[in-house]
Amino acid sequence: MGRYIGGRVVSMVITFLIIASLTFFLMKLLPGTPFNNQEKLSDAQIVQLNEKYGLNDPVAVQYFTYMTNLFKGDLGVSFQQDGRQVSTIIGERIGPSAYLGFQSLVVGTILGLVLGIVAALRHNSIWDYGTMVVAVLGISIPSFVIAGLMQYWFGVKWQLLPVAYWDGFAYTIMPTIAIASIVVATIARFMRTEMLEVLGQDYIVTAKAKGLSSTAVVIRHTIRNASIPIITIMGPLVVGLMTGTLVIERIFVIPGLGEKFVNSILTNDFPIIMGTTLFFSFLFILVILLVDILYGIVDPRIRLAGGKE
Amino acid sequence: MERILDVNDLHVSFDTFAGEVKAVRGVNFHLNKGETLAIVGESGSGKSVTSKAVMRLIPDPPGRIKQGEIKFGDRDLSKLSEKEMQKIRGSEISMIFQDPMTSLNPTMTVGKQIMEGLIKHQNMNKSEAKERAIELLKLVGIPDAEGRVTQYPHQFSGGMRQRVVIAIALACNPRVLIADEPTTALDVTIQAQILELLKDLQEKMGTSIIFITHDLGVVANIADRVAVMYAGKIVETGTVDEIFYNPQHPYTWGLLGSMPSLEATEEDLIAIPGSPPDLLDPPKGDAFAPRNPYAMKIDTEMEPPLFKVSDTHYAATWLLHEKAPKVEPPAAIKKRLRGMAPDEPIIATKDGERNV
Repeated sequence: MGRYIGGRVVSMVITFLIIASLTFFLMKLLPGTPFNNQEKLSDAQIVQLNEKYGLNDPVAVQYFTYMTNLFKGDLGVSFQQDGRQVSTIIGERIGPSAYLGFQSLVVGTILGLVLGIVAALRHNSIWDYGTMVVAVLGISIPSFVIAGLMQYWFGVKWQLLPVAYWDGFAYTIMPTIAIASIVVATIARFMRTEMLEVLGQDYIVTAKAKGLSSTAVVIRHTIRNASIPIITIMGPLVVGLMTGTLVIERIFVIPGLGEKFVNSILTNDFPIIMGTTLFFSFLFILVILLVDILYGIVDPRIRLAGGKE
Repeated sequence: MERILDVNDLHVSFDTFAGEVKAVRGVNFHLNKGETLAIVGESGSGKSVTSKAVMRLIPDPPGRIKQGEIKFGDRDLSKLSEKEMQKIRGSEISMIFQDPMTSLNPTMTVGKQIMEGLIKHQNMNKSEAKERAIELLKLVGIPDAEGRVTQYPHQFSGGMRQRVVIAIALACNPRVLIADEPTTALDVTIQAQILELLKDLQEKMGTSIIFITHDLGVVANIADRVAVMYAGKIVETGTVDEIFYNPQHPYTWGLLGSMPSLEATEEDLIAIPGSPPDLLDPPKGDAFAPRNPYAMKIDTEMEPPLFKVSDTHYAATWLLHEKAPKVEPPAAIKKRLRGMAPDEPIIATKDGERNV
């Protein structure tokens, strides 16, 4: 197991470096420069700023400088905010994003599992069809549409929930629903399929033939085995959830990292773009590693295959 | 002899989109204490459905026991509630399944899987159940039982897994063991070992066994009595000797004739022509008539009753009617029958030899 994780960490670092390089060059292809959309700057000031941040150097040199600093743990300073450290800005903004992401993930996963299990156990009943309709809607309607509709009905029409901003639990409800909808839908559909698959397995008949109650069969033999594949989709799902927050934070004016990220692209704030991208990438890679390790813990077949040294 | 299980006029149907599939159409059989009854037939003859009906493990819907009774002691299993059935399953009647590769839960240790039944039926606590699980693993011939009990199914070979499945089934000393093609998925040398184990355990524990198979070689080895099933009905039943040396039903002849043996030349191997009837719409008369070279006019019109051949031997064919012409089994089968001397089993399990 130790060697397995070691190998994975090495490949994680390589992945991370590739992402950093690709993002750097892609970012250089963005139209405009950080300073020419500022009305109040004179030409001389722009030249001076470009010089100060090394933007006149050849791209290769800039890349080299950036990567060297990255190795030292220095993400650079923002171009737009008086040269504040990128890491400080990320630190300030991470709170609401992390809270929202975590809450959506927990709510979405639990609800998705419950719906999937109920749908499978009540296969071909109104419960099953109802759940699948909800799931298909959740997958096919983009979260920003759900967000907009909720803002209109719950926020403006019925005045039940605050339309936007970030000031306490009530403000988290609508963004959470918007983000969690895709999680609920994906997990419910997946869990239903997996449950049906497992319920059709021979070992379920063996368990019944032992005289176990149907509750024991479902809990001990079905749900555990059905949830193993769910762990694999959790990786991509968490990734989707992070990108989902980018848009949702903007719609609900939540001062989170996603909102900052979108703004930094609009203003060509290169160090912020790089910093947040790398931060998200790091989380993605970490989540995928955790998922793989978790997979090995839940499924003994994988645990042993990976663990033999 | 004490009858432990008595199945009377059992009908099992499955409701499908195309209509009602009558998988089992009036089956009668009984099981005596300590004996092995083999139920033989080709795929789709209803043998597995019959055994699952006894365990009440037919998925409902779409399946249902339409009529008939399954007498087990003074209870009728077909009428019991699910809760009452759960008390019987695994403790009084157990089942072994065909494919040991899929009939064990891959994410649970074999020990836990054996212990489940013990904890449920015998009120054991965990450590008692674990001790008993180790005993059972030893009983079914798994070496290093103490170490193996905490391992997962994928760490066992196919034959070893089937031993684990047998240990699970025998955990609570059931009175009846239903073995649904327990050797079909195993390779031949392992088959012989598992059969030997089952016979051995039956002797030790006095369990009655219903053995479902399509392999007549296995039947000759393990069974005391045989019931031949075709299209959801039992067409012939008798002791092993009666079925193998004095078969009466043309379908039994066909089964025996299509069984390869080491002595048989190529011409001796006779396939039964055609395929089994569609049980969505079972034919009038004898279901085997369209495939039966000896079919008479009455076969297409009226179902034959069970004719008595001896006290233990019955066959459902009009050929046994007093007015029917005398028909001899095909020459190849007669030759085959001669080849089977009583002292010469067609399988010799001790050295793993078997006719393929």
